[in-house]
Amino acid sequence: MTQLKKRMVQLEVLRYDPEKDSEPHFQKYEVECNEEWVVLDALNAVKESLDPTLAYRWSCHMAVCGSCGMMINGEPKLSCHAFLRNYDGVIRVEPLANFPIERDLVTVADDFIDKLKRVKPYLIPKEKKTIAEGEYKQTPAQLMKYRQFSMCINCMLCYAACPEYALQPKFLGPAAITLAHRYNQDSRDGGRDERQEVIATNEGVWECSFVGACSEVCPKAVDPAGALQQVKVASTLDWFKEHLLPGGSK
Amino acid sequence: MSRKPFVRPVSKTGWWLKHPRYMRYMSREVTCVFIGAFALLMLCTVERLSKGQAAYDSFIAALQGPLSIFGMLLVLIFALHNATSWFNVTPKALPVQIGEEFLAGKYIIGAHYAVWIVASLVVLFFAGVL
Repeated sequence: MTQLKKRMVQLEVLRYDPEKDSEPHFQKYEVECNEEWVVLDALNAVKESLDPTLAYRWSCHMAVCGSCGMMINGEPKLSCHAFLRNYDGVIRVEPLANFPIERDLVTVADDFIDKLKRVKPYLIPKEKKTIAEGEYKQTPAQLMKYRQFSMCINCMLCYAACPEYALQPKFLGPAAITLAHRYNQDSRDGGRDERQEVIATNEGVWECSFVGACSEVCPKAVDPAGALQQVKVASTLDWFKEHLLPGGSK
Repeated sequence: MSRKPFVRPVSKTGWWLKHPRYMRYMSREVTCVFIGAFALLMLCTVERLSKGQAAYDSFIAALQGPLSIFGMLLVLIFALHNATSWFNVTPKALPVQIGEEFLAGKYIIGAHYAVWIVASLVVLFFAGVL
């Protein structure tokens, strides 16, 4: 069996202990890693062999759960998806930008969770059916209309990349609006009017100025920036229908 | 255990210098200043035209200097940057679904360039250049 290549990796990790620190500070670690490892493996090695107090979130280790988002050399990344072979020198690891730091690399995600709830990211059926009446059917073409947006894993990397969210924390943000769009595009859904009241607002989609950073950092190629522009187009058409067409008011 | 979440400060003015993608965004946004300035110049031109042929001719003559030409070139560069950067993102805002597939972005972008070229030719035709 081929021996895995090893190398010493230097990490510079932002630490913050709310019980002792008034502000975060960087701590350096040097740990032996396999060349094939990801940054999350390196953090696990630090926690197991050097410093058991290091706090961070992770679960699946396969870019599905969305828990291990961090700033790696200033870029929002899933640490399970950031391969050590792509980094030279000291790797700087910080908690996701634009979120308060709870402890070390753990952020407070409450704001995102609240916003997610507000956009009702679930199917609101057009017509209620009993189980006896059968399933809500959909053609492959109807599925493709929203499939890309349904790939979101709520990892919040898009919020960490978004300068609008950084400057205006009231902004609903990329993932929440994208998920609203995902359900609005679903042929089985009838909840668009309810969601529009939340997303077609100044704090919603009109806060977005199309920087496009959300789509560049998305690990699942969801393209939130695309979703938000599509919501803008649809909301503008709503306005024209409401104000310019006879009998168009809601 | 007490909670004391730490909120990192955000620079209100220097945030866009932190990453090349933010600088790219700002380079697109700043084009509006130059295009706005050119629109004002156009309004001035119309105002001069309303004052008669002589006023218009002297205004146009005043715009022939090297500084003015340099300014126009700058506006042209920013206008091209504005148009191309927006055209190149149109597939995001206007996806075209045909059956189960989406039309490749290059066709949507290409259509915008095609309309742009035709519109430019029409303008040049009416301006007597063609």
